[in-house]
Amino acid sequence: MKVTPNDPGSAAQLNPTLTRPISGSRGILPPRIARKLPPYAFIAPTVILIVVLMIVPILMVITYSVMDNVVVQPSSQFAGLHNYVQVLTDPDFQAALRNTLVFIVASTAIHLVIGLTFAILLNTPMLGAATKAFFRVIYILPWLFTVAVIAVLWRLLLSPYGVANYLLTSLGLVRSGVDWLASPTTALGAVVVINIWAGYPFFMISLLAGLQAVPSELYEAAKVDGASALQRFWNITLPQLRPIIVSMAVLDLIWTSQQFALIWMTTGGGPLNVTEVLSTFTYKQAFSNYEFSTASASAVIVLFLSMILGYFYVRQQRAQD
Amino acid sequence: MPNMRKQQKRLLAKGGLLLALTAGAAFAGLPALWMLSTSFKANGEVFQLPPRLITPGFSFDAYTQILTDPTKLRYFLNSYIVALSVTALTLGAAILAAYAFSRYEFRLKSTVNIVIVGVQAVPPIALVIPYFGLMVGLGVYNTYAGLILTHMVFTLPYAIIMMTAYFNTLPRELDEAAKVDGANPWTALWRIIVPISGPGIVAVGLYTFMISWNEYLFALTLMQTNEMRTVPIGILLMMGEHAYQWNQMMAMSILGSIPVLVLFLIFQRHFISGLASGAVKS
Repeated sequence: MKVTPNDPGSAAQLNPTLTRPISGSRGILPPRIARKLPPYAFIAPTVILIVVLMIVPILMVITYSVMDNVVVQPSSQFAGLHNYVQVLTDPDFQAALRNTLVFIVASTAIHLVIGLTFAILLNTPMLGAATKAFFRVIYILPWLFTVAVIAVLWRLLLSPYGVANYLLTSLGLVRSGVDWLASPTTALGAVVVINIWAGYPFFMISLLAGLQAVPSELYEAAKVDGASALQRFWNITLPQLRPIIVSMAVLDLIWTSQQFALIWMTTGGGPLNVTEVLSTFTYKQAFSNYEFSTASASAVIVLFLSMILGYFYVRQQRAQD
Repeated sequence: MPNMRKQQKRLLAKGGLLLALTAGAAFAGLPALWMLSTSFKANGEVFQLPPRLITPGFSFDAYTQILTDPTKLRYFLNSYIVALSVTALTLGAAILAAYAFSRYEFRLKSTVNIVIVGVQAVPPIALVIPYFGLMVGLGVYNTYAGLILTHMVFTLPYAIIMMTAYFNTLPRELDEAAKVDGANPWTALWRIIVPISGPGIVAVGLYTFMISWNEYLFALTLMQTNEMRTVPIGILLMMGEHAYQWNQMMAMSILGSIPVLVLFLIFQRHFISGLASGAVKS
């Protein structure tokens, strides 16, 4: 069915509620309302989904967090802030909070450095388009694997008998095979390395797009003025990329703090809690210990911390508009 | 001659650049190459030293074992059903919402916009406990419907942001002209705007498919029985088996990565620009 100027009725038959009243046709709704309706109808599915599966569950988990014996038992009672006290004074939770902080700050900082370095390398005018496309695909590769695949792959690489240890002993960097993911001194560093490999490409892609948008006149003018490559980087590239870097960094902090599968499948939070993060702690409380009340309190704390990051992200996004 | 020196310097810079690019490529690519290599080995050869990319036991056995195991094939079927449904439904909802954001001013617009940007910061772990209760309560625990809906909560916000950025690049005159000609907004969207939005739709679709195909926490928690498990959980279950079949785990990883790899290689141009436009300015 094609809508032509001679055939105003056909559009109305398609979806009468969305019809914009036009002369000669009559809508079911009064024209004043019908005119205002379309945007609300268009966002309705999204709003319904977000209310039912985002707003309601958040209210549920907040309710759970101030109750006792939730989910698994029928008789739950109001418990005030008892669950919060219990969680916040739990040394395992405090360790998880510290580890999460180390994990997200280290990951994000190194993602930025590697992402920016690779983006600058890939943006060079010295190489042909085909060469750059080839390297770009390889550089994006880690991002195309699911976390479960990345976890099992790095367990193979980092095994005491794996290739990572072979390379490091051949180079004389370690004396004999280290069980990187099972040793308390190395496990947190090892999961950070895995997460770095898994996560830098998103930074790189965004920064590459940003680099390509920097007007080349800026560089030419600076060159005429005799600015060195380093000066051009500090005074042109970085300031131009600043908005992207800030949004990406906040987004990465948020995503990394949500990381669950990577740690769950490599160390499970062990050994001795050294890689326990807030997500694995919360998950264990709920689905290993069936302590849904304290798990909910922990989940609400995680939500609160994420919302602080989310606030900065929203503010940054709006500042750019 | 100064000209020669300049040329030498250029050559040196180019050599250094290629060296740096290759070092980066080794970091990025060698682990993936090792995964591929291991999937063709006999399991006894996996930890042989010195490590070799191609061993005497080279075979497709690991792949044959995965592809003839009905349990594992079921994981793939489940992943496809969930990811394709999530992609189709997310695209539908995102196109509608993005059209409203791109073309209309309405009350609550900025509130809804803030919520959509903000919900991206909501950690899945905070929702998994109420989801568990909610899904059991609604009778969709351990069903495709339950998992598909929860995935959409996490694919839809960024899909809307990307799609809105794409619609904003299309001239308003197009749909205005259609409306002058008597088309209602619904028709203008689906007959005029959507047919010329191929690149944006591809980018959003691929992004959505990837998120859903890779999702782990809800697939682990909201699917209970083995015949409802998805590929990432299948890989976890293989790690739980008593003897590690590394070659099979790597073959499963390769097979589980193929859909995303293929889609990405075909559509990478659309994808990179679409993703960046959403991230840079939304």
